[in-house]
Amino acid sequence: MPELTTTREAGEAPVAETRRLKYGEAVNAALARVLAEVPQTLLYGEDVGKPGGVFGVTRGLRRKFGDRVFDTPISEAAILGSAVGAALMGARPIVEIMWADFSLVALDQLVNQAANARYVSRGAAPAPIVVRTQQGNAPGACAQHSQSLEALFLHVPGLRLVMPRTAQDAHDAVVSAVHADDPVVIVENRTLYFGDKTEVELGGAARPMGWSHLRRPGRDVTVVSWGAVTGQALAAAESLAAGGVEAEVLELTWLNPLDMDAVLASVARTRRLAVVHEANVTGGFGGEIVARVAEAGIALDAAPVRIGAPDVRIPAAPVLARSLLPDAGGIAARLSEMVR
Amino acid sequence: MDGTHAGTDAGTHAEASGGARDGTGRRLADLHAMWRIRALEEKIRELRVADGGNGDVVGSVHLCIGQEAGPVGACSELEPGDALFATYRGHGWALARGVPAESMIAELAGRESGVNGGRGGSAYFTAPEHGFHGENSIVGAGLPIAVGAALAGRFDGSGRVAMTVCGDGALNQGASHEALNMAAAFRLPVVFVCENNYWSELTPIDEMVGEPELWRRAAGYGMAGERVDGNDPAAVRAAVRAAVQRARSGEGPTLLELMTQRLVGHYIGDVEQYRRPGELDRAREEEPIARLGRSLAAEGVPAADIEDARTRAQAEIERAAEAALAAPPADPRTAKDHVYA
Repeated sequence: MPELTTTREAGEAPVAETRRLKYGEAVNAALARVLAEVPQTLLYGEDVGKPGGVFGVTRGLRRKFGDRVFDTPISEAAILGSAVGAALMGARPIVEIMWADFSLVALDQLVNQAANARYVSRGAAPAPIVVRTQQGNAPGACAQHSQSLEALFLHVPGLRLVMPRTAQDAHDAVVSAVHADDPVVIVENRTLYFGDKTEVELGGAARPMGWSHLRRPGRDVTVVSWGAVTGQALAAAESLAAGGVEAEVLELTWLNPLDMDAVLASVARTRRLAVVHEANVTGGFGGEIVARVAEAGIALDAAPVRIGAPDVRIPAAPVLARSLLPDAGGIAARLSEMVR
Repeated sequence: MDGTHAGTDAGTHAEASGGARDGTGRRLADLHAMWRIRALEEKIRELRVADGGNGDVVGSVHLCIGQEAGPVGACSELEPGDALFATYRGHGWALARGVPAESMIAELAGRESGVNGGRGGSAYFTAPEHGFHGENSIVGAGLPIAVGAALAGRFDGSGRVAMTVCGDGALNQGASHEALNMAAAFRLPVVFVCENNYWSELTPIDEMVGEPELWRRAAGYGMAGERVDGNDPAAVRAAVRAAVQRARSGEGPTLLELMTQRLVGHYIGDVEQYRRPGELDRAREEEPIARLGRSLAAEGVPAADIEDARTRAQAEIERAAEAALAAPPADPRTAKDHVYA
């Protein structure tokens, strides 16, 4: 396949700079960086160009980079399919699917095309596209704007998937995804776009995919989580600490590649496992984590627990939605039952 | 864009598509090129049904027997850097684009030397080194992918034209509509080729559309469109030449509807109960190889030259098949390779 060229000389250290940014601004900074550094990148999707994205994430990029940043018709199959075609020709398209729910309109291009191209061509025709989308529940969102679909993507060999929660990870995920030679789905989170500014180091070298974070050490139970709900898991762990229960919180930034070593190492220490995700439980990726721990033969002191949304559609009314989604109080209650 | 909507009737001939009429040498070359596809397809059919269907070639195979004029006429107008995308009925397009017959037969037979080492199979021949960027077993999926190939060309300075081939039924898929619209909106250099063989798998197209002249859709998207005699390589060539020229000069995409027919089932083993009385007899009269042979003979081209086009092709395919089947099978130890970079 065509080599990725960058404007930097090989081995030249990227310029490091730290700025206080919101999550969406960190994505924007990363996109600006890769557009500047990697001439093959194209950035497009619905309302991505002139309007700068419905959440403002791509604001200013068209002004800065011109025609390489552009708007498309409301046509998810054409967006994803054209990304596959462009990537086959050596481009590095970064496309936005405005809501993860909308990817379902064009799943063929992700599952049958992008994920398939490398394998069936024996490596001759890979399709390294980057798909940015966002998911998760936010107050007032309806059933078709609230789903957590990561398990669906993760079932497909050939696709990579990352769910950054912090501004730093959101920035780093974009840079790593563009430099990866696989199709990568970046699932951002809408509520996080509106969070506080944090320190983000820009310009570091592209990190290899697959990192996780041990966010909080603890001896009594391992909580594996990803995405925005990790914040709830951390809050639950803090509240339990007051009562002497120490929960270890491991955040999986990438779900493929999956840092299973970190999960196993933690569970081997704590001998208890809870997986927390916002997606509904049946067929969720939490089941996969539990299964892999079971297969590894680690002796547990308590039955493993999956915490997620119950298997219902997500209602529009905030009061109803809140009652279904994992929160710190509910997570803490389940964890304390486990360690009792 | 008026004036590009040349053909209007099914079965219009070369004259209606721009008065194309190639010289005898070119026409003999076309005959040979069509025979290469026919011989390849016949060979594949033979291998597929051998040993009661449990021989070297197994699984779903879709032949293009009767549709050889399209790929032969169209591929001669593509440059090496252009990108061609086909569907699962794409063996003829792959061969016309330059993919070696031996590597195609080897692919079908699951050999390591197959064009994709046995991973692609009949429906997914992919040979970017020949400008052949893949068949596809999802009908209609190739249209947006071709749009992307054209789009990339706008930035990489290649001047690439993308051509995508689909059947009549595929034009009813959502992805096709999205691709046609986006290509027109962005005036991208894409040639959309629809091979209208009348059958959407096992169902006649005219029962599945309100307007059976599919080329007329082009106007709705704001692009050039034309119905072409798809059984005449010269007519196809003329129409594709105009479309490629339009694409290269920045005038945007074209939708070509090639009227043709398949003389065989949708897949090998299709009992074809849906065929109408007399249909196949008429189709055999109009099929491109017989027709061009008759036409050359009528012009006084020696029978030996006409015969030579066939025998050379058949000999080549026989040799290719022999070599392909002599090759070792794909290595199961590599079956997990190439999922990720």
